[in-house]
Amino acid sequence: MHTSWRFYLLVAVFGGIVLTAFVAWMSQAYLGYGVTGIRWPVYWGFYITSFVFWIGISHAGTLISAILRLVNAGWRRPVTRCAEVITVFALMIGAMFPIIHLGRPWLAFWLIPYPSERMIWPNLRSPLVWDFFAINTYLTGSVLFLFLPMIPDFAVVRDKSTGLRHRTYRMLALGWRGTPKQWHRLETAMQIMAIAIIPVAVSVHTIVSFDFSMAPVPMWQTTIFGPYFVAGAIFSGIAALLIAMAVLRRFLHLEAYLHPVHFENLGKLLLMMALLWGYFVFNERLVTYYGNEPAEMAVFWRTQRESFAPLYWTMVVCNFVLPLVLMGIRRFRTITGCVIASFGVVIGMWLERFLIIVPSLGHKYLPYSFGIYRPQPVEIIIAGATFAAMVLMYVLFAKVVPIISIWELKAGEHIPAALIPPATEEHPLGELHP
Amino acid sequence: MPRWGMAVDLDRCTGCGACVTACHAENNISTVGAEQAARGRAKHWIRVERYWEGDFPDVRLKFRPVMCQQCENAPCEPVCPTYASHHTDDGLNAQVYNRCIGTRYCANACPYNVRFFDFFNPSWDKPLHLQLNPDVSLREVGVMEKCTFCVQRIKATTIQAKAEDRPVKDGEIQPACAQACPAQALVFGDLEDPESSVSRLSRSSRGSKLLEDLGTRPSVTYMARQS
Repeated sequence: MHTSWRFYLLVAVFGGIVLTAFVAWMSQAYLGYGVTGIRWPVYWGFYITSFVFWIGISHAGTLISAILRLVNAGWRRPVTRCAEVITVFALMIGAMFPIIHLGRPWLAFWLIPYPSERMIWPNLRSPLVWDFFAINTYLTGSVLFLFLPMIPDFAVVRDKSTGLRHRTYRMLALGWRGTPKQWHRLETAMQIMAIAIIPVAVSVHTIVSFDFSMAPVPMWQTTIFGPYFVAGAIFSGIAALLIAMAVLRRFLHLEAYLHPVHFENLGKLLLMMALLWGYFVFNERLVTYYGNEPAEMAVFWRTQRESFAPLYWTMVVCNFVLPLVLMGIRRFRTITGCVIASFGVVIGMWLERFLIIVPSLGHKYLPYSFGIYRPQPVEIIIAGATFAAMVLMYVLFAKVVPIISIWELKAGEHIPAALIPPATEEHPLGELHP
Repeated sequence: MPRWGMAVDLDRCTGCGACVTACHAENNISTVGAEQAARGRAKHWIRVERYWEGDFPDVRLKFRPVMCQQCENAPCEPVCPTYASHHTDDGLNAQVYNRCIGTRYCANACPYNVRFFDFFNPSWDKPLHLQLNPDVSLREVGVMEKCTFCVQRIKATTIQAKAEDRPVKDGEIQPACAQACPAQALVFGDLEDPESSVSRLSRSSRGSKLLEDLGTRPSVTYMARQS
């Protein structure tokens, strides 16, 4: 296979950005945490925002592809792998942040329950420990969920390659020979994983929301945070998936596999999630307003019409108005429209997490201890470079693994007519499987 | 088992800041310099909050010394993933610096904002480095620290009393802030002993807890101003 210079350039540029972020983190460890903008009393900032954001993005894959698999949506076939890859990489990025943000990251292993000579265990009452278990479970599950349907594809690549490549893919294919027994087992395992991963995905972001809702901080202690975070996570996940699909389609020339109907269908999902998100935000605000608790109202007005208002209303436009207009009007529900709406949602969801964390922490109960957070270069570099890390890992992955599931697409060509979902007028699904 | 507490008489507090200075000296709290202090990195385990009331020229200034309230139901404790923040038998919120990994979750959960993060390794302007207290450990970069009610003094006096086979007398233990307070606005003692001065003051009708409605059950009682 021929690799163009563009690939190397892309890897070099994005690899360079990731390397810069690594240097920035090392400088933070070496010079002291004071190089960040974290301060009394705003002790969480860009890092925790990025943590919640990326864990949210990770809901792209698993949840979407698991649900689409379970309902046997025929159009899912070229989409699932793009989605599952996002999950694994976004989780890897997200899971780094609790370590990056630690005061003493070299002691992060104290979160692991291991028998030590001091007989001290992690504090199982702490939501951070729940995070640790939830994210590890989710990561393990989604790696399995990604890997299982890759096995037959690895076998295809194995059979078509030679030399070192052949040996590598032979190892990855785990002795796949395509016997009926193996197929049966694969299908069973996929079915089990698809069912098991959905509650795990839902619980992960609920637990991430517990990091906030378990602390007596104004505007944090609310029961809506669980579903609100999960909805937001799926929302941003779909947006990330749409962007990834559009980029793959454009640069890998996958027009034959990723059709406008895929974007249209996911666009409708995005629209639904935008409405759901809008409801949750409205609900959260309404309950706070009617509760009229002084400390909460101070934070409420701070975001609604004081210093954080520009960010707040940008978030509302990006997350609600933009997707509603672009995805709600059929004429705009094109690939370009989907990508524009998705970029809006990604920006809006990042802002949402920031606006949950920082205004509350800077405005707790005692007016004497109010504070303003200003992010410093090291945090901006690290938070920004995670996007480069995502692109880098995605590019490398697409280089070595078929990004469109070969066998699932083939299997889709011969599915019984009863399983094909109803076609829309302008997108007869017959076109998908010529 | 004693239960340590404090009473703060707001009528007596003049806002002089002697408690803050004494606390820094006693507990080896590093000074961070004007620039870092402006960026919110100062670590005052006890601070004197100033609140102005009224419009000029009829301005009234009120002081409120705020230190760790040593809550009985402390929000900082359950959120710590490593038990660095935990409750002792004698009612203190202990902070084990060596066990702290610096998630700063405790500081976010604390409604009083009395927990401080070490943004840098400690350093002192000369000659302050010569006056470090040998009884208090230094904190390295990346850990949380906070008011301990001068636990080193509590321990030293308790051990001494035990060696002499006698109970600890009321007023025998004084945290640095209480000792330094010229107006004697801060009174420390055992809340389990109904006759101790801190118990009597805490029962006073002037007494109230800071942010009482949050249900943290602080061990510090504030005596309201009467003038």
